Amino acid sequence: MLEVDLCNLRLKNPTILASGILGVSRELLQRVSDSGAGAATIKSITLNPREGHHNPTIIGFEAGIMNAVGYSNAGIEEAKKEFADLSGIKIPIIASIVAEKPEEFALLAGEIDSLHQFSAIELPLSCPHTPGFGLLAGQGTPEATSAITNAVREKTRLPIFVKLSPNVPGIGELAKSAEKAGASAITAVNTLGPGMLIDINSRKPVLDFKCGGISGPALRPVAVRCVYDVYESVKIPIIGVGGILTGRDAIEMILAGATAIGIGSGIYYRGMNIFAQVCREMEMWMKKNKVKSLEEIRGQAHA
Amino acid sequence: MLDYPVGVAIKEIINENSNVKTFVLDAQLDAKPGQFIMVWIPRIDEKPFSLSKISGDIAITVQKKGKATEKMHEMRAGEVLGIRGPYGNGFDAGKARSACIVAGGIGAAPLVPLAEALQNPEFILGARTKNDLLFEERLKKCSELYITTDDGSAGEKGFNTQVLERLLGEGEKFDAVFCCGPEPMMRRVFEICESHKIPLQASLERFMKCGGLGICGQCSVNGIRVCADGPVFGNEMLKKMLEFGNSARLKTGRKVPLKEYAEWRQK
Ligand SMILES: Cc1cc2nc3c(=O)[nH]c(=O)nc-3n(C[C@H](O)[C@H](O)[C@H](O)COP(=O)(O)O)c2cc1C
Ligand code: FES
Repeated sequence: MLEVDLCNLRLKNPTILASGILGVSRELLQRVSDSGAGAATIKSITLNPREGHHNPTIIGFEAGIMNAVGYSNAGIEEAKKEFADLSGIKIPIIASIVAEKPEEFALLAGEIDSLHQFSAIELPLSCPHTPGFGLLAGQGTPEATSAITNAVREKTRLPIFVKLSPNVPGIGELAKSAEKAGASAITAVNTLGPGMLIDINSRKPVLDFKCGGISGPALRPVAVRCVYDVYESVKIPIIGVGGILTGRDAIEMILAGATAIGIGSGIYYRGMNIFAQVCREMEMWMKKNKVKSLEEIRGQAHA
Repeated sequence: MLDYPVGVAIKEIINENSNVKTFVLDAQLDAKPGQFIMVWIPRIDEKPFSLSKISGDIAITVQKKGKATEKMHEMRAGEVLGIRGPYGNGFDAGKARSACIVAGGIGAAPLVPLAEALQNPEFILGARTKNDLLFEERLKKCSELYITTDDGSAGEKGFNTQVLERLLGEGEKFDAVFCCGPEPMMRRVFEICESHKIPLQASLERFMKCGGLGICGQCSVNGIRVCADGPVFGNEMLKKMLEFGNSARLKTGRKVPLKEYAEWRQK
């Protein structure tokens, strides 16, 4: 009932672990798979190891989560060891790569491709809080999006998911430039903002980087609108991400036009079981409303 | 949910020894022994500390190592630290009737409130030297206290694990063992408990980022999150955690031998 086809990947259900949440080791991916996710994305990796920003890097507030992790990761060489054998994990695993220049993206894509462990490559061109990457490096423009997507397309035949930011004037146009350059799907969206929280007793910004990207419930209506806009602009499938906590939220994304849905911050609210819970809640809604497949309702909010 | 640091004043600072201070904070929390809070030193860092006092105003006990704790040691009563939490599962003191607690160095911090919650447990307090011993007075009041030091400057010369083995060898029957301290020591306690078939609860330490939110994966040990699934683990979990006593992750997420990790943590 929940099976979906995403760029020829057969997912047993549409829930996908979003990048940057737990996906730092093979064993955590295994656990997410055991928890019922339909697919999982690894935390974004770079060419060289990075320590990221100083703590505090991740905090929860009344309406969501704010983070400025700053792409900490052990670099491609360590990633090649960590993810050398994903064959025991029965769900598709999506690689996520970030870089400062198109050539570097291409190099990483080549490395990922030759590992033969990943089912797709995601390109987040949309991080709002890491100098040198994403929005702070101007990767959120149609020109940069095409250049990077093109460069990666030349290095791999794997499906390419281009991950967009909600903080752009026209997300539809951006999605179009990704589609034209060879993207296989659009992931919408990355975190919102950046935002800032100030502690009134010490009178200082709480995050060490001062500002950070917002995820969780505060992001959800923005993400739904972004998916809605992207659906009007492109033919390729959409992975809707942002503040999904329940089956209801997932159905909402599918009505906006998403083929699959990403879950990140939801793990903070409902634990790792969120994947199975969201699936059960979707099924209950579908049965009650006599919906037999997600295909039936995809994009219905546009009618 | 309020999971961002809220500034609280330091109420009192107790010098435990030349390298360790206890900070009593102007805050009360509904917490269990073994749970931790994330402490924010504005503009410097945020780190996990287990609660060394829970009833009334809470306290944390801080060993000076690295930039953040050096800064904390310079702070005075009245200054502000940010806290969030409590996080983690904490110890399950539940059914223990004849418990033994094994503490190494600063690892004694979460074990003192535990000892105070149990009925006169045996407490083996290990430290490098006499000067490094912590909480002796508090522990004498609530436990049967054994002391070991590496150099013999106080108590018995040697390791706390030797006392545990001896007590068991003499026929003591413990229905629960609790431990916290350097990981090689805890690994040894685990082996001893396994061979005597005693339920153990060990409190682990790893570098943390989201600290308690359970979403970043930084603190994971074989896919198990110290901050959210732990920090206290029983025998069955410890058996699955092959990295326990062997390796840990640096800030980049790279897994390195425990020794290299411990050296980095001293900075
Ligand atoms: C702690 C944290 C780290 C993240 N790291 C990454 C990352 O490395 N790469 C990426 O593409 N997105 C990253 N994201 C963004 C998420 O993948 C997702 O797009 C966003 O959080 C919205 O979804 P959510 O509300 O379900 O969390 C991160 C989000 C959080 C909260
Ligand atoms: S520190 Fe983030 S999951 Fe534990």
